[in-house]
Amino acid sequence: MKKDFPFQEIDPDGPRVAVRFDGAVYDLPEGANLAAALLVAGVRAFRATPISGAPRAPFCMMGACYDCLVRIDGVVRQACMTRVQAGMEIERAPAREVPHG
Amino acid sequence: MGDVDFLIIGAGPAGMAAAAQAARLGMSTAILDEQPAPGGQIYRGVEVAGPVRGRILGKDFLNGVQLAQGVRHAGIRYIPGATVWKAEAGGSVAYSVEGAARTIRGRRLLLATGALERPVPLPGWTLPGVMTVGAAQILLKQSGVVPRRAVIAGSGPLLYLVAAQMVRAGRPPLALVETPERRDLLRALRHLGGALRGWRYMAKGVGWFAELARAGVPRYRSATELRIEGTDKAEALSFVAGGRNRCIACETVLLHEGVVPNTQASRAMNLPHHWDAGQRCFVPDHDVWGQTAEPRVYVAGDGAGIGGAQAAEQAGCLAALHAAAALGHIGNDERDRRGARHLRRLAREMAARPFLEAAYPPGMQTRAPADDTIVCRCEEVTAGDIRRHAALGCRGPNQAKAFGRAGMGPCQGRYCGLTVTGLLAAQTGQTPAETGYYRIRPPLKPITVAELAALEPDPGENT
Ligand SMILES: Cc1cc2nc3c(=O)[nH]c(=O)nc-3n(C[C@H](O)[C@H](O)[C@H](O)COP(=O)(O)OP(=O)(O)OC[C@H]3O[C@@H](n4cnc5c(N)ncnc54)[C@H](O)[C@@H]3O)c2cc1C
Ligand code: FES
Repeated sequence: MKKDFPFQEIDPDGPRVAVRFDGAVYDLPEGANLAAALLVAGVRAFRATPISGAPRAPFCMMGACYDCLVRIDGVVRQACMTRVQAGMEIERAPAREVPHG
Repeated sequence: MGDVDFLIIGAGPAGMAAAAQAARLGMSTAILDEQPAPGGQIYRGVEVAGPVRGRILGKDFLNGVQLAQGVRHAGIRYIPGATVWKAEAGGSVAYSVEGAARTIRGRRLLLATGALERPVPLPGWTLPGVMTVGAAQILLKQSGVVPRRAVIAGSGPLLYLVAAQMVRAGRPPLALVETPERRDLLRALRHLGGALRGWRYMAKGVGWFAELARAGVPRYRSATELRIEGTDKAEALSFVAGGRNRCIACETVLLHEGVVPNTQASRAMNLPHHWDAGQRCFVPDHDVWGQTAEPRVYVAGDGAGIGGAQAAEQAGCLAALHAAAALGHIGNDERDRRGARHLRRLAREMAARPFLEAAYPPGMQTRAPADDTIVCRCEEVTAGDIRRHAALGCRGPNQAKAFGRAGMGPCQGRYCGLTVTGLLAAQTGQTPAETGYYRIRPPLKPITVAELAALEPDPGENT
């Protein structure tokens, strides 16, 4: 694994499974927190804002800010509240699918 | 059917202690939490953190092991992964597990939903690569993940704890950029008596400072004019300290200015709240047992006012005792006798708070953000927008929604509410209490139509 990304695992162990994010295949720890696993894999932008299209990435890691929204197998969900499962098809949450006032 | 005597939302120290106490008193008890495992914020992932993480996180963290085991008790229905999106004063609660909505009812209901980190509206705080200090700590606790080149900025004890944990994880922060001013500390000295009674907190702080000094982590005090540099991701933190402009290149910026009660559920129930001037936040009204204006509804832990993990445990026990007496499981004498011990401990835990609140206030820059700083992350509304709303006659946060959508995104004001209250109060000359807060309506978290359609009552096995 490449090690020059901003986030690193201190005690990597356990089996890895393949998921797809925006077309690329990533081997992520099975059952791990999806937001954490994507950060370690070097993903920097998780979604775009509905107003200006600005990139966003996990901010709170506790399900409160919604900046980690991604579309998983067609459903927009919070990556920080989701566990890695084999075969997930993940995309950046498109701006128009982020709920807003 | 799905009814229980005591229904708890939140499996942090407050909810876990309350559940164990309630089950011991013979109440049928259920506890819901949206996280996959018990622990809450302080003890997040405590059941899975192996020895490596345990050493990094420290002894306080490992205190949570026993509490977490407590909810795995036969008399307690622990429902993990349950996101509560509606709670009613009558005790009915609607939640979703894996996209399926359910309902459950408690004869008494405890809101133990904990704290959120205070919003830290600074230029650039929406860029990828900027997260809260608490978020970095969650990454460490839950996933064993640490940022490689991070600067930590802001105010509050959590800054030093997490910096020390990063040192132990072998990835010390590049620097600590601290916003409290010298006069904050001088003001805090008035509360030194309380601080000495809460000496354990102070001793811990001294330990963290020593760890950071040994690791050679640079500390910049009384920092002002913080700005996260970068266009599509964080690349540096610039600031002014000691009369000099500084800029520290980094990949990650971790921000923190203390924690405030998560009042989404109590707000959505329309419970009365008051402004706590010391903690600079709104708190749901409650008595010493945690009972709110709705007699069947209790609040405990940081969601009822910031007190920390030990205080949260005591408050959880108090709420369980009161509910048990109300439902006839114990007499009022027994409630009062047992309650006295928890009240004494609670008072001891709260003793250091006034000192901490005065020494580590949110910085001036985030209390009165510059006009071009985004305050509502979801709808990208700036401080200048809010000031313009005020000039046009907007007097409260609910009106601000109509003026320009602040607080209307998916986070429902969690990361702008207090900022908008503060900005409007400053412009209109009203107090924060008069200015008020967003009206919160269920669902507390966005849910899909499919989830609603599939709504089924809680199966309620053995209750
Ligand atoms: C990110 C963060 C990190 C912290 N780290 C520390 C630390 O290291 N040391 C320390 O002393 N203090 C820490 N604190 C302070 C912390 O608030 C207290 O120490 C303590 O955890 C409070 O306990 P509690 O039981 O009141 O709430 P919490 O521990 O916050 O527990 C509340 C629980 O409620 C759940 N919840 C909230 N809303 C819902 C909902 N709608 N549906 C379902 N479940 C819900 C949450 O998932 C959470 O598990 C931290 C606070 C935060 C926000
Ligand atoms: S990172 Fe904030 S909701 Fe996921």
